[in-house]
Amino acid sequence: MYVAVKGGERAIDNAHAWLAEERRGDLGVAEMSLEQIREQLSLAVNRVMAEGSLYDADLAALAIKQSRGDLIEAIFLIRAYRTTLPRFGASLPVETEEMACDRRISATFKDLPGGQILGPTFDYTHRLLDFKLAAEGQGGAAAEAPASGAPLPHVTEFLNKEGLIQQEVASDETPPDLTREPLEFPANRPLRLQSLTRGDEGFVLSMAYSTQRGYARNHAFVGELRIGRCAVEMEVPELGFAVEIGEIELTECETVNQFQGSKTEPAQFTRGYGLVFGQAERKAISMALVDRALRWEELGEDNVGSPAQDEEFVLSHADNIQATGFLEHIKLPHYVDFQSELELVRKLRAEATEAMSEAAE
Amino acid sequence: MSLLAKASAAHLAQLMGPLDSPAFDWLRTPETGGVMVRGRMGGAGAPFNLGEITVTRCALTLRAGGAVGHAYVQGRDKTHAQQAALVDALMQTDAAATIRTTVLEPLQKAAKDRNDSRARKAAATKVDFFTMVRGED
Repeated sequence: MYVAVKGGERAIDNAHAWLAEERRGDLGVAEMSLEQIREQLSLAVNRVMAEGSLYDADLAALAIKQSRGDLIEAIFLIRAYRTTLPRFGASLPVETEEMACDRRISATFKDLPGGQILGPTFDYTHRLLDFKLAAEGQGGAAAEAPASGAPLPHVTEFLNKEGLIQQEVASDETPPDLTREPLEFPANRPLRLQSLTRGDEGFVLSMAYSTQRGYARNHAFVGELRIGRCAVEMEVPELGFAVEIGEIELTECETVNQFQGSKTEPAQFTRGYGLVFGQAERKAISMALVDRALRWEELGEDNVGSPAQDEEFVLSHADNIQATGFLEHIKLPHYVDFQSELELVRKLRAEATEAMSEAAE
Repeated sequence: MSLLAKASAAHLAQLMGPLDSPAFDWLRTPETGGVMVRGRMGGAGAPFNLGEITVTRCALTLRAGGAVGHAYVQGRDKTHAQQAALVDALMQTDAAATIRTTVLEPLQKAAKDRNDSRARKAAATKVDFFTMVRGED
């Protein structure tokens, strides 16, 4: 039963005014600009774009500022904004083969064409706090070396040539879109990938970790991880041909997984795939591992009952906005609900007491 | 159009600043929306939806000559879209050569410099493996 309750407007207005004051913090400290957030907290911006499912760094920076750095709140703001945008159409699939790579590494082939390019990575840092940063002494320019401009082919292509890895069959089928139709099960792989790429990084990471620890283990190697910029092309109806309408940074991970063969497939390597907006390699690797675990059925593997194999479990819980919406609503007034529970418990206790006293007589 | 779509709005405005802005009529006033970006599974397989980007589009026609200009530019900057559509229209007029040298070529150079600089930094982080001599023979 719902009962309309009025009141609290003044308290809410004042709470919001105080929130604005707290957001600004100490007035003696300079206010942060959106440009500063975009440029200096770029990985937070990337995460908000990826999970908000909208690539716009300025909007993500605004959302981070407005949410006081609460990234899930920021993602919520982006998702809400996204729904107000008219949809102009869909792009052609991005050509990650053509990516202008800042980073490209392989854990399976040491001497791959184009080489191992580390890029601006945290890897190999000592994870010691750098007190020079606290003392404002940030500087240092990146070293440069002549760029060869050599193509960087996908690592899985080498295995493809020998037929040692499962092939990806190209198609132009229109993929399902969970921003347009509600998620239904069984989901196909395009829908799973869309759900994972916008899923919560922590959740997808934990699911991936569970497969490494033995819950549907699939022995993943990072065949290739690349980060860089790709052009976005779209067929423009008024022109009748495709033009580039923008450029986005992407992280792509392809895993190469051990596979013994099954009832339906020969022994060969199989693949997991991760593709995420921005520089987000933890997320991209996690996505690839979970994608691979969810493919058990098409590869004829056994369902060992692990959480990461259960698409309904994974996809229904990957979205942090759905999760936080349902979780946080329980703090809002439930006075009437609770009143009825209270009545019920009192009634049950009274009946039990009555029954006991009757039995004693 | 791709150059204009990806250019920095500020740079385009700066290059267009000194030029006389021609009179035009809107065919479609600037409008911001989203485009769903797709990827391919495994980089090569069937497409899937990755997420949206913000795009601003418009179309206009020049009063002199009636050339039509279209623009689809990344982001939410309506002036950016308007100037991109003007360039697109002017490229179909006698002003094409001027526009090419004063607007398109500088934008192209800026894009190339930006990409080359990142490529050189990436090249500096390329690993040179060497094998330790094990001294077995």
